[in-house]
Amino acid sequence: MKRVGVFVCHCGTNIAAAVDVGEVVDKARLERGVVFSAEYPYMCSEAGQTMIANAVKEHNLTGVVVSACSPRMHEVTFRKAAAKIGLNPYMLEMANIREQCSWIHKDKDDATKKAVSLTSAAVAKVHLNTPLFAGESPVTKRALVIGGGIAGISVALDVADAGYDVDIVESTPGIGGRMAQLDKTFPTLDCSACILTPKMVDAATHDNITLHTYSEVESVEGFVGDFTVTIRKKARSVDMKKCTGCGACYDKCPAKKAPSEFEEGLSNRKAIYIPFAQAVPNVPVIDREQCIKFKTGKCGLCETVCAPGAIDFEQQDELVTQKYGAVIVATGFRPIELGKFGEYAPESKDVLTSLEFERITNAAGPTKGALVRLSDGRKPKSITFIQCVGSRDTTPRGKAYCSKICCMYTAKHAMLVKDKYPDIDVNVYYIDVRSPGKNFDEFYRRAAEEYGVNYIKGQVGKVVDMGDHLVLQAADMLDNRQITARTDMIVLATAIEPLKSTKPIASMLTASIDTNGFMTEAHPKLKPVESPTAGVFLAGACHGPKDIPETVAQAGAAAAKVLGLLSKSKLTTNPCVAAADELACNGCSACESVCPYGAIGYEDRQINDHGVRGNQRLAAVNTALCQGCGACAVTCPSGAMDLLGFSNRQILAEVDALCR
Amino acid sequence: MLGRTDLPNRLRVISGAKDKDCMKCGKCSASCPSYEKMDIRPHQFVSYLQRGDVDAMMNSTTVWACLCCYACIERCPRDVKPAQIIEAARLMLIRRQGDTPYVSADDIPELLDPDTPQQLLVSALRKYTK
Amino acid sequence: MQITGEQTFTPLITAFCCNWCSYAGADLAGTSRLAYPAEVRIIKVPCSCRINPLFVLRAFQKGADGVIICGCHPGDCHYIMGNYYARRRMTLLFSLLDFMGIERGRTHLEWVSAAEGAKFAATMSGFAENIHKLGKNRRLEDLRCKSS
Repeated sequence: MKRVGVFVCHCGTNIAAAVDVGEVVDKARLERGVVFSAEYPYMCSEAGQTMIANAVKEHNLTGVVVSACSPRMHEVTFRKAAAKIGLNPYMLEMANIREQCSWIHKDKDDATKKAVSLTSAAVAKVHLNTPLFAGESPVTKRALVIGGGIAGISVALDVADAGYDVDIVESTPGIGGRMAQLDKTFPTLDCSACILTPKMVDAATHDNITLHTYSEVESVEGFVGDFTVTIRKKARSVDMKKCTGCGACYDKCPAKKAPSEFEEGLSNRKAIYIPFAQAVPNVPVIDREQCIKFKTGKCGLCETVCAPGAIDFEQQDELVTQKYGAVIVATGFRPIELGKFGEYAPESKDVLTSLEFERITNAAGPTKGALVRLSDGRKPKSITFIQCVGSRDTTPRGKAYCSKICCMYTAKHAMLVKDKYPDIDVNVYYIDVRSPGKNFDEFYRRAAEEYGVNYIKGQVGKVVDMGDHLVLQAADMLDNRQITARTDMIVLATAIEPLKSTKPIASMLTASIDTNGFMTEAHPKLKPVESPTAGVFLAGACHGPKDIPETVAQAGAAAAKVLGLLSKSKLTTNPCVAAADELACNGCSACESVCPYGAIGYEDRQINDHGVRGNQRLAAVNTALCQGCGACAVTCPSGAMDLLGFSNRQILAEVDALCR
Repeated sequence: MLGRTDLPNRLRVISGAKDKDCMKCGKCSASCPSYEKMDIRPHQFVSYLQRGDVDAMMNSTTVWACLCCYACIERCPRDVKPAQIIEAARLMLIRRQGDTPYVSADDIPELLDPDTPQQLLVSALRKYTK
Repeated sequence: MQITGEQTFTPLITAFCCNWCSYAGADLAGTSRLAYPAEVRIIKVPCSCRINPLFVLRAFQKGADGVIICGCHPGDCHYIMGNYYARRRMTLLFSLLDFMGIERGRTHLEWVSAAEGAKFAATMSGFAENIHKLGKNRRLEDLRCKSS
């Protein structure tokens, strides 16, 4: 019989307000094998941990139960404390009487009863706990970054500068991402390209960084420290080694009807193209859907003009398999489709998304920086910005969250327009202006005060394209007045959403995504850059709407976490792995067939069965590969396979205690 | 029978509207075609319900001016259903006034003229019957 | 002596939650203060595929009135495909229990992700309400277990 100590936490008033802690302590003492029980305001504090340590020594405790918050929060803390005083950390169990009790149950009697019950279940389990010892697993000193935008580039540079190899996988032909599409950045109005392009070149020329552009992650196997990733390098139809980047091919290419992805479809590109002039790497790609040679078999003009002979129509997709210790997801965002927002007339050429407007104002953009209406080429006399298009919208067509960046980039756009063309009338229709960043509110106020941008509180209800102008109907909420206004151009602050590819990537990594499709962090406060899956880290807008400074900060934090992981020579593994009882195993292979990790093998053992010598086939678990899911333990027909830490007997004991 | 103090809740039950979800964006008022004819505007109607001032709502011109075109319901980003609040207020008013429908379906052909939009007829039926 | 009539029925509900999604979802429900009935008692398992049908039977034997099993959404299992195993096993087990006369409403399998605190609370409330309607589980409960 174990000697168990029960420690009940008040968590300030978080638990004590809803649960009669004294009652839990008293009831716990009546449990089988409990020789000590106590309460403390903050069990996780230094003093609380010392209290446990002293009690273990004083009462010779061989098992400890802490009734406090979720084990996902502090199990590690308490297990470390147990280890410090020489108790095997796996002789400690937690009962979750905060998240799953005191915080949700209003009735004190009910909550107390439940807390007692949960504590007794933990006591029942701890009686069957056995000391477990963590094994070790190797760490591959190489990181994979998925996504080559500013987030991915920043992480890669930080990790590479520390001396580790980094691979960047980017699905488009070049790195740079959304930031490369921007003209200026808020709140300083510095040129986006001027600060991004040097970083892109750094990433491309860094000895420790390998770029896989026009590539996608095909499959991921393994776990923290030892991921095996297969990357599909899509056929570029251009030999990267031979190409000199002279540009003769796309100058001569006759197929010029493909909408340019980089220009948000506002202008066309050739079938062989680089996304934009400063593209890294400066190697073109042939769009096989558009290429005349691929469609009809005739043409091949690019091949003729290419002096180094880099064009290769026969090129196939290439699969590269590589081992990594850590994976950083930095897949970014895209504006939502506006098809369902008919009231804003999104089909009109003079109604633009903000990203399209960004290209219009860019000197390298489709209009060469001239601010003109795309329908008739006239300079607009009035521009209207509409905020929250699809954001903060709980209906099925919208996104319930705030897209965060729109308020500030709209202030930026409005200011840039006013700065260059003071005669243009600029109106912004907003619901709330959210400007909590550093120098953000000053920036927004400058747009209104210095530049005379007209901010009107009220959403626009309807936009109609009248041909040579647009008409909108809105309500000024502060004036209590309905407005019908003429305008020449409308810019919609479109909600942003994670890329479609985020979900399959998350699935491959067994990392989770939230209801909006964004990657989930391991803990909203304490682990904001880690995914719940060990070894997978997050950077940038794949995790939620973010502006550039925030993205870079998160990328830096993710890089620090990656470095912390890669700098370890060995990782301790989860000791809660499967184990077969050789007396019961009959070598049927049922467990092997369900194991997702191929962690179960078989070995022959010489046995002496009542004097008859023979060989017996026994299941043997490779503890380095086993992740401890327990599929095998349930499958085993003879009950030989069990999961350490979550054994059949332990869980049954919990069931028994809870159903008393 | 619900008491006077329960009027706001009664209105919520009748309308099925979620006044608490309103984030005061004003898109309902922005979309409203008969805004100028209303003394309490659609977005204010939601605020009046939040405040519980049902009498003011019932006595407003808004309940008669609303065309029941449902543009506000269609475009509301929070699914608040302002038109249904207006309609519910009108219904409560009509019910309070007793069993005298202003218009029956039989009256309509006499009033019909070719310029009257269909929408108006539908809304009139909605308005003047229980 | 006061006549109180029949005592109000407080059901006993056992919930098995996988560590990575549903248990985290339950934590999120707690952090967001989303209430669900206190009779729901949660047992943490690493993965829904760790749930031996035996555990469910034992719960009913010991007097549970309902058993609910929660795992990650299909395709999102932390252990690649554990939830698919759970789905197959539980489909089989639940139909067996149905055959034995344990109403379908007493058993339930639900996918709850770590981000779905609201769904967790709603699922538990709905399930508990169902159990309230079904009343006490008398068919599988082993009264010898209630010696105390």
